[in-house]
Amino acid sequence: MLLGACQPSQLNNPYGDADDQLDILYQSFSERPKHLDPAVAYASNEYAFIAQIYEPPLQYHYLKRPYQLTPLTASALPQVQYLNAQGALLPDTAAEQDIAFTDYIITLQAGVRYQPHPALAKDAHGDYLYHHLSADVIANLKTLYDLPKTGTRTLLSEDYVYQIKRLAHPKIQSPIAEIMKNYIVGFAEFAQQVADKPKTAIKEMSMEGVVANSPTQYRIRIKGKYPQFSYWLAMLFFAPMPWEADVFYEQPGLKDKNITLDWFPIGTGAYFLAENNPNRRMVLGKNSYFHAESYPTEGEPEDKAKGLLADAGKPLPFIDKAVFMLEKETIPYCSKFQQGYFDASGIASDNFDQAVQFTGGGEVALTETMKAKGMQLQTSVETSTFYMGFNMLDTTVGGTSESARKLRQAIAIAVDFEEFISIFRNGRGVPAQGVIPPGIYGFVDGQDGINSAVYEWRDGKPHRKTIAAAKQLLAEAGYANGVNPKTGQALILYFDTMAAGVDDRPMLNWYRKQFAKLGLELVIRATDYNRFQEKMRTGNAQIFTWGWNADYPDPENFLFLLYGPNAKVKFGGENASNYQNPEFDRLFEKMRNMDNGEERYQLIQQLQAQVRHDAPWLFGFHPKNFALFHSWYKNLKPNLMANNQLKYTRINAQERAQKREQWNQAVFWPFWLAAGGLVLLAWPAVRAYRRKLRG
Amino acid sequence: MIQYIIRRILYAFPILLGVNILTFVLFFIVNSPDDMARLQLGQKHITQQAIDNWKHQHAYDLPLLWDSHAVGGEKLTHTIFFEKSASLFMFRFGMSDSGRNIGADIQERSLPSLALALPTLVVGLGVNICLALMMVLFRNSYLEQAGMVLCVLLMSVSSLFYIIGGQFFAGKLLKLVPISGYDNGFAAFKFLILPILIGVFSGIGSGVRWYRTLFLEEVGKDYVRTARAKGLTETATLFRHVLPNAMIPILTGVVVVLPSLFLGSLVMESFFSIPGLGSYTIDAINNQDFATVRAMVFLGSLLYVLGLLLTDISYTLVDPRVRLS
Repeated sequence: MLLGACQPSQLNNPYGDADDQLDILYQSFSERPKHLDPAVAYASNEYAFIAQIYEPPLQYHYLKRPYQLTPLTASALPQVQYLNAQGALLPDTAAEQDIAFTDYIITLQAGVRYQPHPALAKDAHGDYLYHHLSADVIANLKTLYDLPKTGTRTLLSEDYVYQIKRLAHPKIQSPIAEIMKNYIVGFAEFAQQVADKPKTAIKEMSMEGVVANSPTQYRIRIKGKYPQFSYWLAMLFFAPMPWEADVFYEQPGLKDKNITLDWFPIGTGAYFLAENNPNRRMVLGKNSYFHAESYPTEGEPEDKAKGLLADAGKPLPFIDKAVFMLEKETIPYCSKFQQGYFDASGIASDNFDQAVQFTGGGEVALTETMKAKGMQLQTSVETSTFYMGFNMLDTTVGGTSESARKLRQAIAIAVDFEEFISIFRNGRGVPAQGVIPPGIYGFVDGQDGINSAVYEWRDGKPHRKTIAAAKQLLAEAGYANGVNPKTGQALILYFDTMAAGVDDRPMLNWYRKQFAKLGLELVIRATDYNRFQEKMRTGNAQIFTWGWNADYPDPENFLFLLYGPNAKVKFGGENASNYQNPEFDRLFEKMRNMDNGEERYQLIQQLQAQVRHDAPWLFGFHPKNFALFHSWYKNLKPNLMANNQLKYTRINAQERAQKREQWNQAVFWPFWLAAGGLVLLAWPAVRAYRRKLRG
Repeated sequence: MIQYIIRRILYAFPILLGVNILTFVLFFIVNSPDDMARLQLGQKHITQQAIDNWKHQHAYDLPLLWDSHAVGGEKLTHTIFFEKSASLFMFRFGMSDSGRNIGADIQERSLPSLALALPTLVVGLGVNICLALMMVLFRNSYLEQAGMVLCVLLMSVSSLFYIIGGQFFAGKLLKLVPISGYDNGFAAFKFLILPILIGVFSGIGSGVRWYRTLFLEEVGKDYVRTARAKGLTETATLFRHVLPNAMIPILTGVVVVLPSLFLGSLVMESFFSIPGLGSYTIDAINNQDFATVRAMVFLGSLLYVLGLLLTDISYTLVDPRVRLS
């Protein structure tokens, strides 16, 4: 009766009824973020939050492709100046070997302010209210929001300088500190100077290469020429940090309450963290002090037709609040998305067939059920490469000998990644023809871009070479029919993997079968994460799978994975296959700091051709991302480089409220049926009991 | 009895120390401090200097159990084991390797766990006892046989099936409750009702069979025959005589699990997104967060010891013949 008396609509609504028609975006997260400090955070689940809160000087244009940098808090793109060893200015056309230093001069927009925050709160005399909290006050705090007063202030260039100094402080443990030592002048020396000093001490200390020229301008001096440094300026590591934040959060006792900069950010972005409960939900609220920024007025030619320019020129952000709910399991998450309680959803293997179907022409489309609900499917090829690597230090599969090269090429033909994508990824991937994924400068589509060592071009598309061709290569390598002449048995190769679970067995069997096509025996050496990493570091793995996701959209960020001085075993770098080819290294060194242009493009093609020939990798695939969005989700365009898309997103809350109501009418009749069934079941028992009493 | 309790508390210290050492050794057989640093620092651009710095900042650059280079007591205290474990005995859990205060996290997460586990236990106990008594009432009839078959069927089904099935049926098809989620205070009720019902339902098979066995053992005893001979009805006999006498094993079974209710249920909390302690340890193991793992193992063993102590005490309360010495 109680249930019957309730409003039959939306009993299953996990949110408050009052929020139903507000501009709130509902999303989920499956793993709580470890860090929200922009100097430390580096994972995508952390960027999902802090990219909306913190603002580096640059950002990626939301609509234009290929990816382009645009100013964010900067008033324009950085002014780049080359200098020689004596510090004299060089022309833009200076040769790379003459450039000893490069200055990046960044001028900030006026009027950018921080979100309201207790660390910036001041009293009537202009003194900070909460920089000297008593032990009693701290003892009574449960969360940062228990401090009633907040304040703000204008963004200063000194805040960017301060953040770069934070990156260097060993106590902050920034993951890019070691890389930046190679680039920013004075970074390594600064790290040594402050090693035994508290975090707050860096305010008064200076780093040689990073200087605030004025309240709205600062300069970063880097060693040599490194054009990719501009991309780093669009990463959150280079977001500003007011010195007040460290002074506030470093007060003794706050850390014990989990009130730290790592959990309560302070930024200038479109949103601030309004609720921080990583065990349940995180809420971003609109920053009332957000500076003037408007939706882009330009994009790709087709953007207008897709309605992506409908909001052109309108002030950002559109959404008042974004609620991120913790959902660890995919089944309840997908069900709630289908009920309209999440606005967007990824597609897991479990529910792939429910959501997506392949048409006769191999095109991807939504199923009829999803179409009926008005859902939108967004697909995008990730700027990542997943590959199967050979350890080039291995005596069998590695090395530069002709025999080893042909063995690797034969395996590259046999391991059918088209089949892999179809079986294990529901078609969500594009077979890789080289190191560089689509969307990155230097990638070539079509016949010119195929890996001719593995594919041939027929009927307007690439076809994997035949197994006969692979066997021929294998025979030329000295392993006719896969037989090792030394033992007279099938050549045994070893696949080192972390895939040790029961669910991974089909995939491991598939790998075995691919090698068996050539008569080779693949032995699986499954191990845990730590042991696998150790094998990779010490060079004890033979064949392995690995992947790389772009830090920034430049071919250097992929081709450096095969650069000799980055070899993992010898130098602890990211060249996991320990590939070392002097010719490749020479071309790479020439290409890496070059500005994009015909010469660079040709060098990239030569580098690709070299690795296709040497085959240190089976290029595998570039993962394809499928995501579902409800019809009320607007301004939807995949941007794999930008993480601050939330401010561009718009929600039609009225449409959502209508559809939620339509989709979530409670159904009571099975409940009554079950109750009736129970009564019927109980009736014989009651009768039997009465009989027993009478008897 | 006070002496007995004090003695048992003192016994607990070497047990907890042993558990701590065992956890420590097992953890560091599988993970080295370098491995932990790599996992915390992420996958990209990690250098040995960064790893060394992380270890230094988190005091993982000390020897594991014994510092042969130190002098005097520092040989023992200047070690990872001492630095990380000694404070546990004062209930100072310290900071997790990712920088959060473990004590604050445990405090925050234990309430949702309790909000789910306690009603599930109480309602489940009531339902199971009632059903078991009913089966005893109708013993040797087709109703009992049908009930037994049903119990075996219910026992044979995985709890995961109940969870997914319950979410599908009540949340997705009937749309009567939210599929998952949690809220504070009384607002949590609509989120907890389904997991509690599923928890109760999934425990019926084994619970009813167990309690039925206890009741059947009692109904064959002389005092029950005497009660019947006095002319008491079967229901009065069962409720007034059999139930109180069968309470001893029931109570001891319940009391032993009471402290561990704080620790929650991994699967249930994960599927219903209840922010309890259930998944806290598993997450910590996956993240190689030793600080959290050792805190949770310590807490688990402490609560288990406490449960056993409470069981012993409860014996004396429900059966005056039992004396603790």
